[in-house]
Amino acid sequence: MKNLRKPAFSNNLTSKIRKIFRRRLTGDDAFKLLTMSFASSIFILLGLMIYELVRGSALSIQKFGINFLTGTKWDPAISQVFGAFPLILGTLVTSAIALFIGVPISLGIGLALSEYAPRRFGIVISFLVELLAAIPSVIYGLWGIFILIPFLRNNVYLGLQGILGFVPLFPGPIYGGGVLTSGIILAIMIIPTVSAISRDVFSAVPNAQREAVISLGATKWETAKTVMSYARAGVISAIILGLGRAIGETMAVTMVIGNKFQVLPGSLFDGWYTMAAIIANEFTEATYDLYVNSLVEVGLVLFFIALLNNVLARLVVWRALRLVRGIARE
Amino acid sequence: MRTAYKVIIPIVAIAVIVGSVFAYQYFQTPRQTISINGAGATFPFPLIDKWAAEYHKINPNIQINYQSIGSGGGIRQYTVKTVDFGASDAPLTEQQFANATNTLHIPETIGGVVPTYNLPGTSSGLRFSGEVLANIFLGEITKWNDTQLKTLNPTANLPSQDILVVHRSDGSGTTYVWTNYLSDVSSQWRTTVGKSTSVNWPTGIGGKGNEGVTGVVLQNPYSIGYVEFIYAKNNNLPWGFVQNAVGEFVEPSLQSFTTASSAAAVTLPKGDQSWSSVSIVDSIVNNTQATGAYPITSFTYLLVYKELNVLPSMNQDEAKSLVQFLWWAIHNGQNYSADLAYVPLPQQVVANDEATIRMITFNGQQLYTG
Repeated sequence: MKNLRKPAFSNNLTSKIRKIFRRRLTGDDAFKLLTMSFASSIFILLGLMIYELVRGSALSIQKFGINFLTGTKWDPAISQVFGAFPLILGTLVTSAIALFIGVPISLGIGLALSEYAPRRFGIVISFLVELLAAIPSVIYGLWGIFILIPFLRNNVYLGLQGILGFVPLFPGPIYGGGVLTSGIILAIMIIPTVSAISRDVFSAVPNAQREAVISLGATKWETAKTVMSYARAGVISAIILGLGRAIGETMAVTMVIGNKFQVLPGSLFDGWYTMAAIIANEFTEATYDLYVNSLVEVGLVLFFIALLNNVLARLVVWRALRLVRGIARE
Repeated sequence: MRTAYKVIIPIVAIAVIVGSVFAYQYFQTPRQTISINGAGATFPFPLIDKWAAEYHKINPNIQINYQSIGSGGGIRQYTVKTVDFGASDAPLTEQQFANATNTLHIPETIGGVVPTYNLPGTSSGLRFSGEVLANIFLGEITKWNDTQLKTLNPTANLPSQDILVVHRSDGSGTTYVWTNYLSDVSSQWRTTVGKSTSVNWPTGIGGKGNEGVTGVVLQNPYSIGYVEFIYAKNNNLPWGFVQNAVGEFVEPSLQSFTTASSAAAVTLPKGDQSWSSVSIVDSIVNNTQATGAYPITSFTYLLVYKELNVLPSMNQDEAKSLVQFLWWAIHNGQNYSADLAYVPLPQQVVANDEATIRMITFNGQQLYTG
């Protein structure tokens, strides 16, 4: 029986081909073909991107090798040596600060909208939060320079230094811009992403879960905690998407971070640099091949960090999903 | 499915018919407008843009398009011949000149870079020598009441505050001119930092663009930065006076830039030679005869191929239009400079440019025969 139902592979293929040719090509087939070709163009696009980035950075890969990742000097004028370590560190740390500030707020927004807020109020808040996502990043940058920086310097940072000046994070001169300001701007920029996704995943938690917990005498807060742990996978993927946005954000950060190339800033108020910012700053006036190649290699590194970020997100989500399914089955 | 075809087939048919009608017309009627494309430096963009608009009024069939993508990008596009002319704040280096053989340099206007500062209670006119500026930007002078600054400004009220150095974070011709000057006046700067569109800054924080530097300077008392003259002028920023080789402290102005460029123009190379060593800063910095010259002054250049048939998209008409535009730009075009706070070219430079434009050919034929 088994053999009859499963003919040899070649037979199967030829019969399929015959079938295709015998049948008239219907709109269904055409549409399927069209959508499939769109979907597979992603492979081509990604492949081309990696190819171009590698090809465009060939010179600096050859010249600096692994030292490009560990090097701490960026000198286009005299020694023509390029090392991206401070940039990588700067990108990761500012993004981490953004998550540290932005994620709790975003989760709060998500919970408020799904668990607490009256419907009308919720609609207004969702609309406003989505509006935040639609603001171009250069506007965030300008707002950062002209409003946020003077405000933070005069009203927040001086006080912060006064109270916490003994902590090694807060000494030194205060310009207004710098690491902390970039983190704050980035936090605002990732709030729409993280809060919108977390609201959706919280809303998707089956009401049966809530009812079950409430029936056991849980308070509203304990219910919310259950909702959060049930939606863990979604929350994590929301955070990782937010992180992706923070890592790649260019214009707003460039405008407020102070663009100071150094391994570690003197304080959270000092200037620093990110990978995206140096590309935006120097690409147009990079005047010789090795220089351009080095900037493209920064792009390549950024690309792989973003890739790693997404792969990690997938893994975490898969693991968490399995856990949740396990709980549901029990 | 049938209904889908009923919609799609007529749409496709109509699109094909309309498309072919347009294509037919496009190829039938001779192309009326001649468009000339350039790309490069951001500094001369407002001027070139003004030229394009004014020239279009005189010659309605000629359209000049200029993209201000930065000198580096402009040189790249020019070298791979995707634009008809390039523009750069610095002359081509020997290497770049070798990559783009038979390039002509046409200085089309002049700019100056000025130190600007935020010192409460002090307006324009603080005096700087080259050495002091270099020491400030090296991080050697860290306080406003440093004796070197006090010696130059005995009457100024200089507080005991830390100096915050602000520089451009983006690569720019402005930074090139500024670091060119600092390299000339300080051997320490020359050997440790050097001159380039971006450098490894020993101190200070970076603002993006003239507006970024201005923003940081305006918001931080006791800071000092450098911006293009036009920018400082339009925004009423305080600026410093810089000492020249004569010993004068010169206020940056169109007049003092013109004086500097005239003094430098005595020794300009021919248009088809390498200009890599041309720098007003270099030739003025030790010139003890150049009275009234502001030392941090620079040409900005248009780059054109000597034989225009090397450009794949070029034809005789376009080549002729380009050359006529260039001729107009260095003569009538200069009338628009002062209003936009650019420096009109001095007579010697115009004469040099005229000789250069006469060298341009298409298929070996000289194009400007005026």
